[in-house]
This record gives sequence, C-alpha cells and structure tokens, in this order.
Amino acid sequence: METVNVKFNGKPYEVQKGLTILKAAEAAQIKIPKLCDHPDLEPWAACGLCIVKLENSPKMFRSCAMDVQEGMSIITHDSEIVQVRKTVLELILSRHPNDCLKCGRNGNCELQNLAADFGIREVPYPQMVPDLPKDTSTSSIVLDPSKCVLCGRCAQVCQNMQNVWALEFLGRGFETRIAPAADVDLADSPCVKCGQCSAHCPVGAIYEKDQVSEVWNKINNQCPGCQDIYPVVQIAPAVRVAIGEAFGYEPGEISTGKLYAALRRLGFKAVFDTNFSADLTILEEGTEFVKRFTSNEKIPLITSCCPAWIDYLEKYDHDMIDHFSTAKSPQEMMGAMIKTYYAEQQKVDASKIYSVSVMPCTAKKFECDRNEDMFSSGYQDVDVVLTTRELARMMKQAGIDFAKLEDEKADEILAEYTGAGTIFGATGGVMEAALRSAYFLITKEELPDVNLVPVRGLDGVKEATIDIKGTSVNVAVAHGLVNVEYVLDKVRDALAKGEKSPYDFIEVMACRGGCVGGGGQPYGATDEIRAKRAAGMYKDDEQSEIRCSHQNPMITKIYKDFLGEPGSHKAHKLLHTSYKPRKLYNK
Amino acid sequence: MFEKEVAGVELSAELNQFISEWKEKPGNLIMILHRVQEEYGYIPREVALELSRMLDVPLAKIYGVITFYHFFKLTKPGKNIIQVCMGTACYLKGGGDLISELERLLGLPVNGTTDDGEFSLEAVRCIGCCGLAPVMTVNGEVFGKITTEQLPGVISKFKGN
Repeated sequence: METVNVKFNGKPYEVQKGLTILKAAEAAQIKIPKLCDHPDLEPWAACGLCIVKLENSPKMFRSCAMDVQEGMSIITHDSEIVQVRKTVLELILSRHPNDCLKCGRNGNCELQNLAADFGIREVPYPQMVPDLPKDTSTSSIVLDPSKCVLCGRCAQVCQNMQNVWALEFLGRGFETRIAPAADVDLADSPCVKCGQCSAHCPVGAIYEKDQVSEVWNKINNQCPGCQDIYPVVQIAPAVRVAIGEAFGYEPGEISTGKLYAALRRLGFKAVFDTNFSADLTILEEGTEFVKRFTSNEKIPLITSCCPAWIDYLEKYDHDMIDHFSTAKSPQEMMGAMIKTYYAEQQKVDASKIYSVSVMPCTAKKFECDRNEDMFSSGYQDVDVVLTTRELARMMKQAGIDFAKLEDEKADEILAEYTGAGTIFGATGGVMEAALRSAYFLITKEELPDVNLVPVRGLDGVKEATIDIKGTSVNVAVAHGLVNVEYVLDKVRDALAKGEKSPYDFIEVMACRGGCVGGGGQPYGATDEIRAKRAAGMYKDDEQSEIRCSHQNPMITKIYKDFLGEPGSHKAHKLLHTSYKPRKLYNK
Repeated sequence: MFEKEVAGVELSAELNQFISEWKEKPGNLIMILHRVQEEYGYIPREVALELSRMLDVPLAKIYGVITFYHFFKLTKPGKNIIQVCMGTACYLKGGGDLISELERLLGLPVNGTTDDGEFSLEAVRCIGCCGLAPVMTVNGEVFGKITTEQLPGVISKFKGN
C-alpha cells in the first residue's frame, strides 16, 4: 500500500495514498460530518458539511472531494469550521419541514443526528419548505420531495449503481427537486422499485410504503368483513440475518427461531419460511435449466427471483425475455402453495387466508400483483408484503423483547429448508443452490463439494466454470443493476455472431450484495455490513444438515402429494409466470 | 441502450442531418437541444424521447438539462412573445407593475401562454437599454418608458396578427 504523510490537527499520520481527506480522516479515527457522501458512491460535493481547512490557506475545502497529498496539514475541526458547518445545517433546516415526530426516519435520520450534535436550538432563517406533492404512485416507495435535502444520493444510486435513471435533479436554485424526467409519477417512469434510493436517503424523503397498520388491523380481525380471516406469514432468507440490527445485534446474527416466535406473538396462525419455497424454486428452475442445457435450447437461462430485475428486464432488456426463467420467485411460489396445498392439507378456506410476507425488499410489494399469474390460487397469492424495516417497527409496537425470546419452530409443512434455500439471500446464492441440484439432476450423483466459492462475494460480476463430470457449465453472477449490461452484452454479441453464448446460466440480483443489501433492509448498509449479513447466510447453510434443495424431504413430499413432478402441468400453473416488454415511460 | 421505442414524431431532414453531425461529438446534447428549440420554439416531449433513443442518453438526463437552463422551454410558446425586463433599472422603474398588469389583461401567469396561443409572457433580465426603463419587447420590438395605461394598445396591435 502506497502511503503519504499528512497532519490532522497538527498530529502526524501515515495514510493510504489516493484516499479523500474525509476517508483518510476516518482511518485516523476522525469523523467529519457529511450528508451526501456515501461509501457506495463517488463523491460529488453537494452538501457542504465536510469542509476542512488546509494550513496556510484562507480557503475551506470539501474533504469528500479532495485527495490527501504528501505533506498536507489539515484542520478538520476548529471554532470557525464548526460555526460554518452549523450555518450550513441551519440553511438546510430552513427548507426542511419541522415534523420529526411524524416522520418515518424519526430517531434514525442523519440530518436529525447532525442537528442534535451541533446543538441546533433555533434556525435564524425564515422557513421556506418547498410545496411539492408526495408521489405515492407506486406500491413500493413514496417520494416526499418536501423533505428532500438535495444531497443527491438517490439520483446517484438510481443512475450509477442501478442504471435505472428514474430519478434526476430537475430545475435550478430554489426550484431544484428530485423527480423523474418531466415530473411524471414514479409509476410512469423507468423506476424498478428496488428501493435503493430509500436505503440511501439520509432523511425521510424516500421511504417504503408503510403497510404496518393495514396488517395490524387484519391480524386482529378489526376491519369490516375480516372477523374470520386466517393470517399466515412467510419470511425471506435475508430477513433473518438483518432484523436483529433493529434490536442491537450485529449484522449477520441469525435470528430465525426468534423471528418465528415473534411472528406467532404478533398473531399469525401459521409461520412459513420462504427458504422452503427457495428450495422449490431450485427444483423448478433447476429442471428448466437442465432441460435447456442438455437440449442446448434458449441458453443462457437467466434467473427470475428478483422482482426489481424482472421489471428492469421487461423495460430495458426485453430482447432477452426468451432467456428468462419462467419460474416464479420463492415469495410467489410460497404464496401459491399456501392458498392451495396448505389450505387443502389443513382444511382451511383459502378465501379466508390473509397471506403476509416479510421481505428485505420494496419491489416485492410491487411483485405481489405484478400480473395475473400472481393470482394462480384463484386469489391474490400473497396479500401484502412488509419489509424488514416495517416488521421491526411492528415488533416494537407489539412490545416484543426480541433479545429474550426463546427460539420456536415454523410450521414444517412449508418451512423445512436446506442450506441451498437459505443462501438465496446473498449474491451468487441462487446460482450455487441451482448448481448443487443441477449436478444431481444431470449425473444422478451428488456434488462432492457443495461449496461453490467462486460465485460468492461482492465483486460486481463473478464468472465461473463448473465441471459436471466432464461437461463444463459456464456461469455468470451480477448484482447491482449497473453490472447487468456487461454480462448481457457479451451474450448478445456472441448470439449475433451465431456463436455459443459465453454463459449457460446467469444470476442477477438488483441490489448490491443481493437481498442481504435489499432496499427494505435496516438502514446503513455498506459493503462491510453486506458482507457480514452474507456471512450469516453462509453460516446458516453450513449449519444445515441438508444442503441441497432436492434432498429436502418436505419438497419430496409436496411433489408426491400435490405437484406431481418438477415442470408438471400443475407446477406450471402454480409456480411459473410470463413476461412482456414494457415502455420506460407510460405517458 | 436506454430508450428503445421509436417515438411517434417525424423529425425534419435538416434536424436529422444536424443530429447525425453532432451525435458522436462531446457536448452534443446541448447543441442538439438548441437546434430543436430553434425549430419547434420549445422542446416537445416526443422529440425529447426520440433524442433519448437516438443519442442513447436517458430521458432523465435530458430533462435535467432542459429544466436547469432557463433558455429551454417545455411548452409551446404563444404566437406573440412578450418579454418584460426585470433588470435593476427596469425593476426600479416599475417592471413588476407591467408584469402584474399584463397578467391581469391577458389572464395568464408569468411564463404562461394564453389558451388561444396568442401571447406568452416572460420576465427577462436586462435587455441592454436601461436608459429606456421600464422596457418590454414584443416579438423583439422594443417598447421603452412604457406605462401600464399603454399596455392595452400594445396588446391590440399584435392580437390576431
């Protein structure tokens, strides 16, 4: 590592060359306040809070956008700097509504924390809050531009991490706002509902659509016509390694048993695990892959578990629809099985079942009525989706002492899962799980070592070749939508030349890190936190007795008792879906 | 590739020619937007969509640019464009009163266009004849030292032209 010698506040430090002053200061245990800079993003110097002074210079510099140089003597804090930062904060607050107590980010807001740290007691400027309406057009996220501090993180994320380009700065000066092109609603824009904007917003200007009250009323039978409803719930893989963060646990702590217990206490009559239907997805998608691979038809196969990716593909990459797996996501497979198989087995009237799912994802809210296939049971298969953040709030409202909860078990019939099912929550996990079973489906033998390490980790694109007894399977894994086109363009180029696709199987997850870094997860995700959550997923896998989906005895049972075999007519009706090209802008 | 859909708009041969000349050059977007506004008087949405496809630039970015610069217009301007100067001298000499009176007479807000498409009203900053303050122009014709009483006469001169 090349280093440079600098001074922070007169004290010498040797810091990594090429770091910004802000990051070098952090390495020297000095925190410089900021609202726009974020470890996921390139700095763009919007907020002005991170100003520092250089010795012998009368000017102030933005430390997020200036690299350390040999010999620099940097002053990060003195009375003048603190006063200027306070003025910047006061100016930001002068166009921010004073309604912290009624805001979703109350207690968890970067601006509120800074106002507290800087001892803001009054704002000497007149309050001029922009009068802009809320955008509630999508079923996933709400954009409230009146609370926006114009830090620009959401636009940076939407454009540079996700390549979606739904959000941009429009206008100039006091008229500046974050909005889709031509101020159309988000629902009419290219927005794919991934919610990464909401996960990166420092304040309450973009947030998940809150459906907690709706669920409370239903499970307590307090709405007209729902006296005899039967509330059930499923939880997604990535929720179990992140929800603990809301109760003081480290990221990656596996809280499966506590979650089951908490959900029962909330009033759910049955608790299911999406990990089970992840195993089911592998049987359907794995069979689909093996069929296509052995007949060399419509290769590569591309995974379809991620609803933000589905929406993106339908809008931006619909030339690849033929390559998209028709298998529904685990959430929707579970939804279909609850209102058919479970209802039949437990003799519950499917029309009375209220099916809730807890997901790390805002796009899952959009997925549950995405098209008519999401009503395959004859009812809406999943009625409502809560994000991890919403469930954490609900548990707090219910006074659940999470730390002291005893582990409980879920309802086995739709909950028994393998290690393959659980790793769906991390980038590369669906690929790894699918290959474990594809190996068996092709060779009728078990994979000698189920740990397919090359597809794990946070590299944006991971490529690997897996040997299936002499046959090479080429795979690619992309996460963060900005990495998708690199992979797809290689496929397009090869196919256009009449050559073989460079990949046989492609996994895409819209969010960086996969679902562990989902847009509905607890705030503050960085690569360090994503890696810890993913480590929790792989630990859960290693601790599992069974680590391949096709070995799950409850999966064998559901095919024997109900579905027939993978890819059967019944499986197709309930567990598969279709896609169609969509416009970027509806109007 | 961002926009794939061909927008329902036919661009003139000259405009197409201009776009293909500029397509690969740096700074192409702003040059092409200038050319579009020259031709249409504003940036029609369908043309913006078509540019997004032709230049492979996201529509959001195009709107970021055209809403940042006051020069670009998002709506079709009226046949007659009234510009009232709000530079320092004209402002002090009652430019604001001229705007209020024109808003009342024409029944439109500043930066708006009348329903019949006859007039647009704009506030502009210093048109370089401060000695004639307050100043307004209609279609480039300068009216200096103008009073609110003279405004109905000016409007009737251009109405229906």
